[in-house]
Amino acid sequence: MTYVIAQACVDVKDKSCIEQCPVDCIYEGSRMLYINPDECIECGACEPACPMGAIYYDADLPAEFAAAAQNNRDFFALPLPGHPEPIGNPGGARRIGPVDADTELVRGLPSQAARKA
Amino acid sequence: MTPTQNPPVSVAIVGAGPAGLFAAQALLAQSPMPVTVDVMDRLPSPYGLVRYGVAPDHPTIKSVVSTLHEILLTPGARFVGGVDLDRTVTRGDLRASYNAVVYATGAPADRKLGIPGEELPGSISATALVSWYNGHPDAVGIELAAESVAVIGAGNVALDIGRILTRPYAQLAATDIPTNVLSHFAAAPVREVHLIARRGPEHAKFSTKELRELGSIDGTSAHVDPRDFATVPGTADDRRVRANLAVFRDWSERPACSSERRVHFHFYEKPVAVLGDGRVEEIQLERTIVDASGRVTGSGRYRTVPVQLVVRAVGYRGMPVADLPFDSTAGVVPNIAGRVIGPEGVPLPGEYVAGWLKRGPTGVIGTNKVDARETVASLLDDWADGQLCASAGRPRLEELLRRRGIPVTGLDGWLAIDAAELRMGAAEGRARSKIADWKSLHELAGAVPRC
Repeated sequence: MTYVIAQACVDVKDKSCIEQCPVDCIYEGSRMLYINPDECIECGACEPACPMGAIYYDADLPAEFAAAAQNNRDFFALPLPGHPEPIGNPGGARRIGPVDADTELVRGLPSQAARKA
Repeated sequence: MTPTQNPPVSVAIVGAGPAGLFAAQALLAQSPMPVTVDVMDRLPSPYGLVRYGVAPDHPTIKSVVSTLHEILLTPGARFVGGVDLDRTVTRGDLRASYNAVVYATGAPADRKLGIPGEELPGSISATALVSWYNGHPDAVGIELAAESVAVIGAGNVALDIGRILTRPYAQLAATDIPTNVLSHFAAAPVREVHLIARRGPEHAKFSTKELRELGSIDGTSAHVDPRDFATVPGTADDRRVRANLAVFRDWSERPACSSERRVHFHFYEKPVAVLGDGRVEEIQLERTIVDASGRVTGSGRYRTVPVQLVVRAVGYRGMPVADLPFDSTAGVVPNIAGRVIGPEGVPLPGEYVAGWLKRGPTGVIGTNKVDARETVASLLDDWADGQLCASAGRPRLEELLRRRGIPVTGLDGWLAIDAAELRMGAAEGRARSKIADWKSLHELAGAVPRC
């Protein structure tokens, strides 16, 4: 179990959550942010910080965002375009900086930039 | 390193919990000039409430210590154990020794119920129970000979206590609870835990994740009186409240079952007296009425519940620190963006607060990171404005402590305690076994009076 970022983050990337995370486990992809499930300590600081309400505790994900948990996991566990090796667990987002890629699921989503507040 | 003739800015941080350590992290990261940070604690161990407050069955949250440990390993940072403000050093000592002092001593006291019988044996604070099962060296042993327990409060601390009191012994034995405390849990006859809240399920401050966890303990079932839902709105704007209501509704629809242990949530009831002849035997509750503004009044309808232990979990409370200004109503040091505000209403340059002492006992571990960044920005602005006095820094304080024969410990001392706890844990077939007595902690940490 872990906190996960759902699709409401796509093309928004407000990043307020990153400020809150005590262990720096929220990583920046090209179109959205992803929580590393192995590095998250489940403190819950990020959830209320998101203006899009995109962050959920795994078990509380609404059915429409059920794919989000696997999507967050995939960002770290699978190779990404331009990154033949999976990102894995770098031990802090600041160590690797923004990643210019996204998961397959996010790459397939139409632009949602219009929703940006 | 930039070539400079100026000595680094020296900062003392009082309190090595998350607030103090995130302040150290922010200072070391945000300072444009070299800085040295001494993070002090009266204990020989750092991490504050992560070690002594977070429940022992929540190892994932406790794993934040690896981040906190890294902060102490950062060049410029140092852990100093055994510094007890007002006992071994004064506020003046710190002011004279460092360019700036950040107080991050938290909210160590607990709120009282303010009802007759509260002082009877068997009526205790959550703080007393939590610090005991977490192995705090100041904790006093607690008698768990109770089949029925009342826990007063509607926050996550009340849930922690409900969970620890009803978890199967084998699960508790896998945590880091000190061995002598574990033996009390092995013999504890707890069957019923009554969680009592003055207001309704929609007002409770429980986080959904921890609420659900209480309902998923082997051999324990959670119950809510369906009558408590009569006036509860079907839904709520707040996502957490909505999810909590769904959990409570589910529990309220369960038949009363004969599980080994039961947790009962009682809403709209407030304790009015703890009763008993020489020790707790009953708690008297009054049904409450909550008006539209959330105000609670008594209804004049009473009942008593037989309990042998009453645990109040109605909030932490800040305590005055040395002779710093203190707002006793809010339980915080008056401050603006972390700058301590003096009696004249103007900031006292060089003195700052962070964490619960600054904002009151709210928020989660991560909240301290943002909080600390604000305090540190104020401190660094004051330094840039030339508002902080020159100081002799670390060596002056070390000299003072030496002259007074005060033994202090460092990170090595903590690592020795840490290693001993891991060794003991391995011998007992668990990850860690906490050491809870001052003598062993001092010996392991190498705290010997220096003269």
